[in-house]
Amino acid sequence: MREIALHILDIVQNSIVANATRIEVIITEESDADKLTVVIRDNGCGMSKEFLEKVIDPFTTKRTTRKVGLGIPLYKMAAENTGGSFDIQSEEGKGTVVTAVFGYSHIDRQPLGDIAGTMLGLFTSYEEVDFLFRHKVNEKKFEVDTTQLKNVLGDVSFQVPEVYMWLSEYLKEGEEELNQ
Amino acid sequence: MKSLAELEAIRNKAKGSVNLRKDDHAVRVVVGMATCGIAAGARPVMAAIMEEVAKRNLEHVAVTQTGCIGVCRLEPIVEVMVPGEEKVTYVKVDPKKAAEIVSEHIVNGRIVTKYTIGAAE
Repeated sequence: MREIALHILDIVQNSIVANATRIEVIITEESDADKLTVVIRDNGCGMSKEFLEKVIDPFTTKRTTRKVGLGIPLYKMAAENTGGSFDIQSEEGKGTVVTAVFGYSHIDRQPLGDIAGTMLGLFTSYEEVDFLFRHKVNEKKFEVDTTQLKNVLGDVSFQVPEVYMWLSEYLKEGEEELNQ
Repeated sequence: MKSLAELEAIRNKAKGSVNLRKDDHAVRVVVGMATCGIAAGARPVMAAIMEEVAKRNLEHVAVTQTGCIGVCRLEPIVEVMVPGEEKVTYVKVDPKKAAEIVSEHIVNGRIVTKYTIGAAE
């Protein structure tokens, strides 16, 4: 993966498959502490202790089309290659929290990448899921809670062209402001 | 800066028109978005499809993501399902091809044979 945002997109798909109805993506960039932390929290079906122990292994997957799953191993490696850390907490019936910490200034840290595009794709593809996206860069913060947007929209879909364009701009502007 | 008030205005405008996406007659476009698809560039492909659909104001098209379709070496994969027709699977799609698939297949009703899995295999 070329971007941390692509890992996030990938890991969130696991939450979707776990039938989560609420997914939080929280990114915190702290230049003083030299850390970039990504927390992905869902209320999906969770994993048993036994499965959780094996989930880092590439030859563990719930997929039936093939016998390997590389999403989590790749993400873990990307974090650890930057002197960071990786952790998964999960409880059956409650949900899962995946935390990756990256060394902020480490030469091998991937750029965060197009997180606005990533969230836009997720919001519009999985409208039935509520997403909280929070991105902090030092003191600045940008946050989108799709339950708020849905309250405004009622039964009008995110995929309605004007809504989609609005959402696309809204996310882009929010991200741009963080990086100014 | 975009505001929620602006979104509300858009909603009021859109509310009158029936949301065609939710009925069975909608064209479905599905993008493979597992580790394999994402690594091969599925996210910009999905964005290109959404943008083309929005630009052309195609209200009867629903775009969604799915997991691994099973032929990872041919990712990014896009499936187009037109009601009453056989599903068409496009392989090794990039944003340019994706826009072409929307305009040719969905708008003009002509399958872009050269990008299909049949042509690649």
